[in-house]
Amino acid sequence: MTFEAIVEVVHLPGILDPQGATVERALPALGYENVRSVSVGKSIRLVLDAPSETEARDQVEEMCRRLLANPVIERYDIRLTQLHEAGA
Amino acid sequence: MTTRVGVVVFPGSNCELDVAWALEQVGAEPKLLWHGDRDVRGVDALVIPGGFAHGDYLRTGAIARFSRIMGAIGDFAAAGGPLVGICNGFQVLTEAGLLPGALQKNIGMKFVCRTVDVRVETKDSVLTTSAEVGIHLRIPVNHFEGNYVCDGPTHELLRAEDRVVLRYVDNPNGSLDDIAGICNEGRNVVGLMPHPERAAEPILGSADGRVLLESLLVSTVGAAAA
Repeated sequence: MTFEAIVEVVHLPGILDPQGATVERALPALGYENVRSVSVGKSIRLVLDAPSETEARDQVEEMCRRLLANPVIERYDIRLTQLHEAGA
Repeated sequence: MTTRVGVVVFPGSNCELDVAWALEQVGAEPKLLWHGDRDVRGVDALVIPGGFAHGDYLRTGAIARFSRIMGAIGDFAAAGGPLVGICNGFQVLTEAGLLPGALQKNIGMKFVCRTVDVRVETKDSVLTTSAEVGIHLRIPVNHFEGNYVCDGPTHELLRAEDRVVLRYVDNPNGSLDDIAGICNEGRNVVGLMPHPERAAEPILGSADGRVLLESLLVSTVGAAAA
């Protein structure tokens, strides 16, 4: 089975997000006075083969812990969808 | 015998020759080591210099941590070998888990490139053995991600165990508790954002970094004698 995983990496709550803070200050300058908060993170898209959705998710979790995110300052969220094979 | 100091070069490192030059000025024999090497060739101390190892892709230091030489570097540090990470080298050491915490983007998203004053906070580290507590050193910083962060318990531990090695006199980057450099529990692994090699001769504007490099050499002699 083939899966697409979208991993979203953002700052942990309480950890200063200098990029988010800068964008947050810039938006009102363009007239968007109603923006309450901005956080800037990363989105990583992976396509992987795995025997099941559980195994795919476990593997992506492990990748997040080992490389894709730094648990000292970041948290992550994984969205997994099964891709349909062509012709299937 | 001349002290041999390994300077680890990753693709994207750019301070290795400055570090090697400065080490020669204090009487060491530098040896450039490639990130793909399997061992550290019997050197007495190791320096991970500044730059942009592996392009700083994903996060600073994140990819460098998986380089082949990092296993040997971890063994060297675990055996008590003196290991110093300067700037990007500090970032690599935190990503590798050899030092706690992380270095994130400077407050205000400002790249800081200037000479700053740092205060020596402890003599008890391989980088400050020959320095005196409380002295100010003028040393250049040059970074975008130098803003040190760690969680509350880690911060408490660093303070309780006297592991903050250097503090900024006037914090340039938003670092927690003005931290410019820390050491590990064994005090043989030190990470710092300022570049002592760029303050190693009066012609560079400051020779204040020499005492740190000299400390490193003294530490290797001490380690060998122990």
